Amino acid sequence: MNIPFGNPDRPNSYIGKTVPRPNAGRLVEGRGRYVDDITLPRMTHVVFVRSPHAHARITGIDAAEALKAKGVLRVFTGADLARVCTPWVAVLAHLKGLKSPPQHAIAVDRATWVGEPVAAVVATSRAAAEDGAALVEVGYKLLPAVTDMRSALDDATPVLHDEMGENLAFRRLHEEGDVEAAMASAHKVVSARFRTARHTGVTPEPRSILADWNPAEGQLTVWHATQAPHMMQTVFAKHLDLPEGRVRVICTDVGGSYGIKVHVYPDEVAAVAIAKVMGRPVKFVADRLESFTTDIHARDHEIEARIAVDADGRILAFDVDDWTAIGAYSVYPRTSAIEGNQVVNLCGGPYDFAHYRARTSVVFQNKTPTCQYRAVGHPIAVAVTEGLVDMAAAELGMDPVEIRRRNLFPDDAYPVTSPAKMRFEGLSHHASLDKLIALMDYDALRADQAEARKRGIHRGIGIASFIELTNPSPFMYGIGGARISAQDGCTVRMDPDGSVVALSGVTEQGQGTEAMLSQIVAEGVGVTPDKVRVITGDTQVTPYGGGTWASRGAGIGGEAALQSALALKDSILEVAGAMLQAPKDALDIRAGQVVDSATGEPRMPLEELGRIVYFRGDTLPKGLPRELVQTRHFITSDYPFAFTNGVQASYLEVDTETGMVTLLKHWCVEDCGRIINPQLVDEQIRGGIVQGLGGALFEEIHYDADGQLLNGSMADYLVPMAAEMPDMVIGHVETPTKESLLGAKGAGEAGTAGAPAAVMNAINDALRPFGAQVTEMPFTPERILRALGKIDD
Amino acid sequence: MTEAFRDRIDIALTVNGEPVEARVPAGRHLIDFLRLDLGLTGAHASCEHGVCGACTIRVDGESVRGCLMLAAQADGADVWTVEGLSDTGAVRDLQQAFVERNALQCGFCTPGMLVAAEELLSRGTVPSRTEIREHLSGNYCRCTGYEAIVDAVEGVAIARAGKGAA
Ligand code: FES
Ligand code: FES
Repeated sequence: MNIPFGNPDRPNSYIGKTVPRPNAGRLVEGRGRYVDDITLPRMTHVVFVRSPHAHARITGIDAAEALKAKGVLRVFTGADLARVCTPWVAVLAHLKGLKSPPQHAIAVDRATWVGEPVAAVVATSRAAAEDGAALVEVGYKLLPAVTDMRSALDDATPVLHDEMGENLAFRRLHEEGDVEAAMASAHKVVSARFRTARHTGVTPEPRSILADWNPAEGQLTVWHATQAPHMMQTVFAKHLDLPEGRVRVICTDVGGSYGIKVHVYPDEVAAVAIAKVMGRPVKFVADRLESFTTDIHARDHEIEARIAVDADGRILAFDVDDWTAIGAYSVYPRTSAIEGNQVVNLCGGPYDFAHYRARTSVVFQNKTPTCQYRAVGHPIAVAVTEGLVDMAAAELGMDPVEIRRRNLFPDDAYPVTSPAKMRFEGLSHHASLDKLIALMDYDALRADQAEARKRGIHRGIGIASFIELTNPSPFMYGIGGARISAQDGCTVRMDPDGSVVALSGVTEQGQGTEAMLSQIVAEGVGVTPDKVRVITGDTQVTPYGGGTWASRGAGIGGEAALQSALALKDSILEVAGAMLQAPKDALDIRAGQVVDSATGEPRMPLEELGRIVYFRGDTLPKGLPRELVQTRHFITSDYPFAFTNGVQASYLEVDTETGMVTLLKHWCVEDCGRIINPQLVDEQIRGGIVQGLGGALFEEIHYDADGQLLNGSMADYLVPMAAEMPDMVIGHVETPTKESLLGAKGAGEAGTAGAPAAVMNAINDALRPFGAQVTEMPFTPERILRALGKIDD
Repeated sequence: MTEAFRDRIDIALTVNGEPVEARVPAGRHLIDFLRLDLGLTGAHASCEHGVCGACTIRVDGESVRGCLMLAAQADGADVWTVEGLSDTGAVRDLQQAFVERNALQCGFCTPGMLVAAEELLSRGTVPSRTEIREHLSGNYCRCTGYEAIVDAVEGVAIARAGKGAA
């Protein structure tokens, strides 16, 4: 049911074109408005006292000295806040067996990770609150810390939450076919052990919130750096016992999110609860050091996996045993079991094979909670799948491209249900791979690699196919009981001057959401994009929606915008028809003019129509509908998710003396369905790739055996900077989803999903002559030198 | 407080071409002074330990990390932030190139990135892509992947050189 947007000569053809982003000019002039830029009268600042221990009973809190400090107004303990704020339990009904204990805004009697808030100090300035926090005396009795995921379930390991009875949060086993028989009869079985390090998002803007409770109005207003303002509205209302309609969450500019800012954080809820108690605005902006211990972590997985292939390189079976540790609590309300669940859903994803077994074991430990972060579970599943496929190819003496050609689902096979029971509506693995091979000039690269090797230079080529889950339906969270909207809405209105305002439930954190919406609305109504003003991120103003996560902005929010824009066009033409004495379908709107649809001849500018409707309605026929505002909502219904596909390639050089990896170039071909703004899509993919490259080469949160976080600063936790990053070539195949008029799927996470696997395969390609192989990310010089046998201790 | 260490310091400086006099706490960082006391929220505080470059501003002609310099040290200095550089049009071409190339997404790193890029461009040569990457490697961007930023800076360098030659 797509509208064909392919013809570039159609009127108002903004969908598919690179048009400027309306908010970019403001941001380059430093006129953004992030939460920390907002100051309210009587505003206070809160700073948290955080546990220095991974696991400890709180034996007492003495705030007397802190309260004497200049500027300090109040100190709150967990017990204080528990009186005004109910705890939450982060489970989902459809993840059977998932359990997690109630979590409070501030720990009540026990701290369970280094960084968990144990008290809050409110003062007239942040500096004063920090000084006060240093004076709060907290008594601790140390408890044994659970830190190793693989021994978390051993009898000898203490149980972290007594009421749980064990450290297992969730386990899922998915079996399809007969894996053991396939393994037994296979020509080759290759197995490997993979590890993906604990990461965190390192959003440039730290988590930030400013809460203002107005007791006179009974209204709570919260400025919040969040991806899901409506979800947060619901959460604040529920846990602070307020009517939902009396909570307004506003997210203005947000300085990077990547999934980090879609969760409920105890310290943020505490700040809001404190505002309610004090009746004064309270601001909390995490400092960088506390970001490292309290922003969610992700990707902490250890996997044993096998692949079975026949003599022709056909994949017979995958067998995956995934372990992940989620820290001390499952994170509200999305839960921390989703990442492991995704590994089960996504392993083997691009390939047509019959026998599949995947298990995930999700355990608690005394570390920062983990949860959904850009490309949830994808980099893990893609690394396992593509790592094994490459190893199998090497074992068979087959080219890595050839083994993929033999196993990828054919482009004409769809719809298809995978062995993991994922339903694919329409993917383009072969077209994408062909395009990638052409873009990178694969044969020339192989020749360059061989030539370099003669000079003692070790280069590698790595390829990684992947699927990406986008446009989630209620099957992701809603059916599990979470109040997370899978539907989104858009209201589009024409004002007297003929300009258009679009109010959308999806949000902008830099992806270009507002540009994308302005293009769609401009095309749908028939005005130029500069005539469209987009408003997002205000729950009192925009239709209720899910916000921006899981690459749903364009596919869900964009479709709602298109449908509402088309509806508005229809109502405008109805009025125009009455004014011009013409049948509605003989008219069209182009570049802000009502025109004759056959000849394109201008009949009336929209500002004239606006003038008459709004100011001289007396001249219109009585009873003529004159609603120049329309709202539409959209939700997917035929498929639980709109899967996209893509393929990446990395070309790199390994210095076998130092273990250093130099990225030479990176390619990605991606099929996100209808492309609305090519430049924005390309840059989403590039940004995503670099985030994936960080995971492949640099990023790793280190804890010691006692649960102390060892590298909690940007000087110690390495992130990709400009100098180490390669240039990236991006290509596209367009297979629109038939679920919507627009046909857009998501593109936000593809880069991150595939890059680590491409780099891993490239490094192993470079190391293969040495009989060496790495599978533990990040691929630091030390790990590479160990693989080469140059370090062993 | 002893006389030897006063906790408040009087400073006089120019910020974005305007004279400013203030009494600041001795421990006040320059970025906090600009943001909290002067309301110049264009430059951002992100890591507050000198690694990310979000707080990069221009002090006496050099790009400086506002989180590593105390306001007290800026006594007598000539300080420019993105607001002032925008008002004078000093980085207009660079800003336009950033917008055209979508060399920003969330925009949080952008003010610091612009100041750092302008420092490189002010040398008057056309830097190579590698030199641009090296020069910007103290400015963290999580959104863009850097390539668009490198493209924008390179484009402006070439355009400025072309104009200079004409
Ligand atoms: S805030 Fe100054 S360098 Fe990061
Ligand atoms: S644009 Fe978001 S950090 Fe650079």
